[in-house]
Amino acid sequence: MGQLMLGLVNGAFYAMLSLGLAVIFGLLDIVNFAHGALYMMGAFAAWILLDRFELNFWLALIVAPLIVGALGVAIERSMLKHLYGLDPLYGLLLTFGLSLIFEGLFREQYGVSGKSYPVPELLSGATDIGFMVLPNYRAFVVFASLVVCLGTWLLIERTRLGAYLRAGTENARLVQAFGVNVPLMVMLTYGAGAGLAAMAGVLAAPVIQVTPLMGSNLIIVVFAVVVIGGMGSILGSVLTGLGLGVIEGMTRVFYPEASSVVVFVVMVIVLILRPAGLFGKET
Amino acid sequence: MHNNKLVRATYLVLLVVLLAAPFIGLYPVFVMKLLCFALFACAFNLLLGFTGLLSFGHAAFFGFAAYVTGYAIRVKGWPPELALLAGAAVAAAIGLVFGLVAIRRQGIYFAMITLALAQMVFFVCLQAPFTGGEDGLQGVPRGTLFGVLPLASDTVMYYVTAAIFVACFLGIARIVTSPFGQVLKMIRENEPRAVSLGYEVDRYKLVAFVLSAALAGLAGSLKTLVMGFASLSDVHWSMSGEVILMSLLGGVGTFFGPVFGAGVVIGLQDMLADKVGAWVTVIIGAIFVVCVLAFRKGVVGELQAFLERRRARAPHSPARL
Repeated sequence: MGQLMLGLVNGAFYAMLSLGLAVIFGLLDIVNFAHGALYMMGAFAAWILLDRFELNFWLALIVAPLIVGALGVAIERSMLKHLYGLDPLYGLLLTFGLSLIFEGLFREQYGVSGKSYPVPELLSGATDIGFMVLPNYRAFVVFASLVVCLGTWLLIERTRLGAYLRAGTENARLVQAFGVNVPLMVMLTYGAGAGLAAMAGVLAAPVIQVTPLMGSNLIIVVFAVVVIGGMGSILGSVLTGLGLGVIEGMTRVFYPEASSVVVFVVMVIVLILRPAGLFGKET
Repeated sequence: MHNNKLVRATYLVLLVVLLAAPFIGLYPVFVMKLLCFALFACAFNLLLGFTGLLSFGHAAFFGFAAYVTGYAIRVKGWPPELALLAGAAVAAAIGLVFGLVAIRRQGIYFAMITLALAQMVFFVCLQAPFTGGEDGLQGVPRGTLFGVLPLASDTVMYYVTAAIFVACFLGIARIVTSPFGQVLKMIRENEPRAVSLGYEVDRYKLVAFVLSAALAGLAGSLKTLVMGFASLSDVHWSMSGEVILMSLLGGVGTFFGPVFGAGVVIGLQDMLADKVGAWVTVIIGAIFVVCVLAFRKGVVGELQAFLERRRARAPHSPARL
């Protein structure tokens, strides 16, 4: 049961990251390899904010995404905007290079050993819910990520801004012709995606060791999740993320050796049966 | 095409340098390592440059073949020529499986799928008993090639490595200029048209993928023989990233670009590794960013474009330049 919960926690991170990837890919046509590095920097930002400035977890949950989001905006303005209209592979390569830079810088500064981040006091301890003992913080992570994902979904599907965003995904030039400031929208989308990754990083800090390598290990799994779910649908990527987290958790119980590859195996099976992904549209 | 003369002269000079390298003070083990990675990059470029498929998982072929060769020699006591072939054959087999799965999706998804599949191979290598886990396979003896050539001598090993490299380089050039290669280029330029002309695009892609995997595997096997070890870093995703950088830096879709790129990347790592630590990653990342933003054709590609521009301009205004 504990492993299942841990799987659900991991799934929550997969969901948040693949959601950000899907939104960025939709509007910018760029697969953001740096997503893992942004997630790592979110976790580090939380750790540094606590260590240096004694800002607690709740403030870090707001401040860290803002810092990383601002960095994302800077990246979009200075580099990514030069790649629009080119083969999307260049975006992947550029963001891959960026993630190497960030990872290297943090490794140089903090080494590869993990930093531990304390669980916020309010959420420490565990609750006995009858059939299992539930650590409060883990329940909070799953809950918080569901709220964030649902909030993003509502923002995109139910608001005016979201309508612009969806229209921009379909045909950016036409939307621009209608007087919407598309470059601004693109910039904010990348910034928001970066902030979302950072928020996942802050949430992850108390459950796992904060290391410079935590992002790159995760991003590859998230890529597999995205391939499985298809990048077309937001709810689809959330469901796929959570589902795969649970499958991974179960595998850890029954056959631990395979737990690190099970997501990839699922990916292969899905590709054979439904090449476009579970929620994807055939292109 | 008076450009051809220049190209031929350049290759001739390079061949002479390659043959004379041990006598003009170049450290043979370094040049051999460079040749292994240059072969790896050329194999990768066959796929990206001439078929237009970006594989983010070539480390799997390179690294797994390195393990196979190391295992065949150290544990099974196979002669080096058989161990090399075994490495390439296993890499081709993995390539076939990867290809069958990944070719079902295109473009950016293809890159993500190959990356994920290669990560699977990485975890297998991390946990399987025959790879030596975190330590890798150390102390693989070079043995005697065909029972006559003692590879323990660096000079003999050097010329064997150089011969394999030149043969593969010419082989790749032959593949690319063949009718088969022309079809690959058509797929790169305009896949729907290739389909409408009646070519079975997926089959061509698969053959190109398997060829590229086999050659990448041969490069990995050769590396084990030269360096005497196979380790986890050979199968790690960062190795896939490095080989992309080599092609990109030198020039995707050029013949010599990947060799040049491999030279720069391996040279940099060799010079900087013990001096700057983690900064190597930062520098590699920065080169990536600069390449993508500033010169997407790569060094050799930009040079070619420059020569072509000059030739195009020459008849009109010969006084310039």
